[in-house]
Amino acid sequence: MFKTFAKAIQSLSVALLMGLPMASSAQQLSENASIVVESPWARASLGMSRPGGAYLTVRNEGSEPISLIGLRAEISGMASIHETRTNSDGVSIMAPADNIVIPPGGMFALEPGGYHAMLMQLQSPLVEGETFPLTLLFSDRTELEITVPVLGIGARGPEG
Amino acid sequence: MMRVAKIAAIGATAVFAALFVGWWQVDGPGADSAPGKRSLPLTAMEFSLTDQDGRDVGPETLIGEPSLVFFGFTYCPDVCPTTLSDISGWLDEIGPDAEDLNTVFITVDPDRDTVETMAEYVSYFHPQIQGWTGLPDQIAAIADSFRATYEKVEGENGEYTMNHTAGVFLFDATGRFVTTIDYHEPREFAVPKIRRAMQNRTERAES
Repeated sequence: MFKTFAKAIQSLSVALLMGLPMASSAQQLSENASIVVESPWARASLGMSRPGGAYLTVRNEGSEPISLIGLRAEISGMASIHETRTNSDGVSIMAPADNIVIPPGGMFALEPGGYHAMLMQLQSPLVEGETFPLTLLFSDRTELEITVPVLGIGARGPEG
Repeated sequence: MMRVAKIAAIGATAVFAALFVGWWQVDGPGADSAPGKRSLPLTAMEFSLTDQDGRDVGPETLIGEPSLVFFGFTYCPDVCPTTLSDISGWLDEIGPDAEDLNTVFITVDPDRDTVETMAEYVSYFHPQIQGWTGLPDQIAAIADSFRATYEKVEGENGEYTMNHTAGVFLFDATGRFVTTIDYHEPREFAVPKIRRAMQNRTERAES
């Protein structure tokens, strides 16, 4: 059972490496397999002048807390995690979130309405159907490169 | 006959009760304790903007049909595309009735959001969604009438972002402000609110 599961993940990873835009149940594992990234996706951008937004879920399957401290992407001159907060007057404010602690067994979701990966200074447009690599930086110096499929501008989630 | 009279009496009582509740909430003792936070009715607004096709638009463009109006800007990576996608989903669920619903995205960043930009941006979402822009003082005027706020936040390297009221404003066909739909409010709450605002019109048309 586990073997089949592992195999499925492997084939998914291979598919992602090959650049196929599949997002739904995609999982990407760190080397020590304690960090799992699921369902990454980004919205297509209008050209390169606007910041892009990407979303994903990080699960900590290890026994120690981990901190997600930043992002790096070739496609972006400045990639960072931002939180959208809405204050009591209904005004939405974006604020950088640079130290996200995920407890053992816990998970952290970047999703519309909450946190997002903000990709400033795009070096090339995010084109629907393509993918790009994004590296997640953790406090234990783990760097996990994942492949992010680009969905339409109007996508609502990893399924489109 | 008696039955008809009874139903009429109940109906009249219901109408008076509804009117009373409306008065209580809007002007009466039940009014919002922070005055000025509630949007004006469209009939009390004055503004002149340009839609995605270059046509002049104003409050009169909206009055006559129920309206969904929200503020944003196209350089926004998260809130605005999320809101536009949410609204596209609500319109899909409402189906053909949504054709009678004005759905307007108004930019709070007119320096960057030209008519052409708005046209391209809204084209990626539900075809019913319009994109309006205009002169900064006109954007300020409409935001003020809605009691919406926005401000420019300078970032690094000369880039900037906008903080802005993220909810969706709902007006009935007479232009009366009905309610807001909060940012990213679940569809099962949002769609009934819209349907209610649309119903107001039918009731009024029949009475």
